[in-house]
Amino acid sequence: MFDVLPPALIMVAGAVLIGIARGHWRSLLVLGTPLVALWAVWQVPDGVVATITFLDYPIEPLEGSPLRRLFATIFALMAFGGGLYAFRQAKWYELSAAFIYAAGAIGVSFAGDLITLFVYWELMALFSTVVVWCGGTPGARAAGIRYAIMHLLGGVILKVGIEGVVIHTGSIDVRPMLATNFDTWMILIGILINAAAPPVSAWLSDSYPESSPTGSVFLSAFTTKTAVLALILLFPGEPVLIGVGLFMVMYGIIYALLENDARRILAYSIVNQVGFMVCAIGIGTQMALNGAAAHAFAHILYKALLFMSAGAVIYRTGFSKCTDLGGLFRTMPITTICGIIGALAISGFPLTSGFTTKTMISQAAADESLVFVYFMLAAASAGVFLHAGIKFPWFVFFQKDSGLRPKDAPWNMAAAMVLLSALCLLLGIFPDLLYAYLPYPVEYVPYTAGKVLFYLQLLLFSGLAFFLLLPLMKRTLTISLDTDWLWRVLLYRTARAIYLAVAALGSAVQTRAGEILTALRAMGETYFGTTLSRAGVFTRAWSIGTTALWIAVLLTAYVLVYVV
Amino acid sequence: MNDDRSHWLTRPATIRKLWWGFSVVLALTVAAQAFVYVKGYFGVDGWFGFGAGFGFLSCLAMVLVAKGLGFILKRNEDYYAAGDDDV
Repeated sequence: MFDVLPPALIMVAGAVLIGIARGHWRSLLVLGTPLVALWAVWQVPDGVVATITFLDYPIEPLEGSPLRRLFATIFALMAFGGGLYAFRQAKWYELSAAFIYAAGAIGVSFAGDLITLFVYWELMALFSTVVVWCGGTPGARAAGIRYAIMHLLGGVILKVGIEGVVIHTGSIDVRPMLATNFDTWMILIGILINAAAPPVSAWLSDSYPESSPTGSVFLSAFTTKTAVLALILLFPGEPVLIGVGLFMVMYGIIYALLENDARRILAYSIVNQVGFMVCAIGIGTQMALNGAAAHAFAHILYKALLFMSAGAVIYRTGFSKCTDLGGLFRTMPITTICGIIGALAISGFPLTSGFTTKTMISQAAADESLVFVYFMLAAASAGVFLHAGIKFPWFVFFQKDSGLRPKDAPWNMAAAMVLLSALCLLLGIFPDLLYAYLPYPVEYVPYTAGKVLFYLQLLLFSGLAFFLLLPLMKRTLTISLDTDWLWRVLLYRTARAIYLAVAALGSAVQTRAGEILTALRAMGETYFGTTLSRAGVFTRAWSIGTTALWIAVLLTAYVLVYVV
Repeated sequence: MNDDRSHWLTRPATIRKLWWGFSVVLALTVAAQAFVYVKGYFGVDGWFGFGAGFGFLSCLAMVLVAKGLGFILKRNEDYYAAGDDDV
């Protein structure tokens, strides 16, 4: 049926075998499966590889294109990087779940039709929830349930849209559309929920930081970037996305600035970075879509790297709050240096992958003369340096001396961090390595003296602002309210109030059951009489005159109602 | 522990030097614009030192906005945990 092996199925098979295998065989599977999948990704040719008929629909589970291969490549690479980082520390079921989760992401990448896309989409939702639960704490359990509800809800909305499109157009093809009617809006909203767009961005910062130190590395990579790919495939040039993206960019910065938990800072900055990509997809030119794809690729690497360095710190110290951390650079030099490289990359410092990809998006905005968008993105670039580029490494590794003297990361964690750091720098120094695989021909030169100088000014003076404004950024033991307050508190309190009211009513009825029964019985006797007497209101014999009068009154009322 | 406390990076003298070095780099990035042409797509962004001023001011604005929103949005860490155990 297939000329090439579907990469997603390789990942699923690997995930199942991880559960069966033991010891070195398991390690071999964790490290080997993503590499085999990566090889398979590059065997997928352009165009539809196979068509299966299902319920009269032509299902295209495997469709190749440069864009699809690019995303599948980074997902497979990330499964390898995450596997290397985690295979000695994580539970086998976390690795297994993470690999099926990755399989879902790879499956979506090659989905030629909306039904396949949906199936893999839900696979991701289910197994990412398991990864959140692998955090193992009561907090992780609760966050996992909230996460699952949000993603299943998003899945239902997506499904409603897909059904609508299938019925109204008769086609299940994955092809560009615009949000013009109910169906397409539902698809767009379903995808945007996975992209952590407003007003539900909070699911991300709620759940990812609750997972295990290794789990958050996997979580950071797949869900939101799969949504980015789906947006590029389905909604390129949808103008709504520009506004949504800009909002996400600013939301991420502001919330990250308020945050105390190191991994939650990084979680907010995912929303910020995905905002850049969503905005670019909204601009929709070839340059912008190239920028979105390239930025997604680069982002997965440096964000996973940042989560790895945060994870190593949590693994060694047990702490994740900035108020508990600080001064770790003394004993965790590798983690510190890799964390700083990730932080520089996310800030888009010249010579890192962030610079060569993010500036493409700004360039696209400038080319389209989108003044407001361009300056917002420039301000946001400064803001990224502020909240992720300096704040994260500063509060975790420097700041004050927390007195903690943990060992540096275990060798496999360190190896994964060094690998990703190297890739961040490689793509920053030799951008053509990535540009060659972008969906459209690239005519963009990132390294011009003027551009480098502009971004150096922008970023370094953001650094100055950070250190001058440090007193304003004193860490506090707080969390920040978000829209999830509506369902975590308001909905909860409303439901609780209704529950209490019903319970109170129930207990009142129960305690006074005797009185109520007596009263009902008395009422019944008044109107219907008892079995012995016929003295009730409705059962006694009335005189003819009274009856005639009542009939007259009722007839008059009837006529009046009828006429009026 | 003692030699740890006085790690060379945390000594006041080092920090003073770092500030000096940082200031020089900052000054250089602005001064360099006298020799390097920065293309302005919309006029203003080609002005001398625009990147520096824009970067600094937008960070200032974002920090202040965050600070202001913090008064409304910040809650104790156990805010959500507090009401969980009844019902």
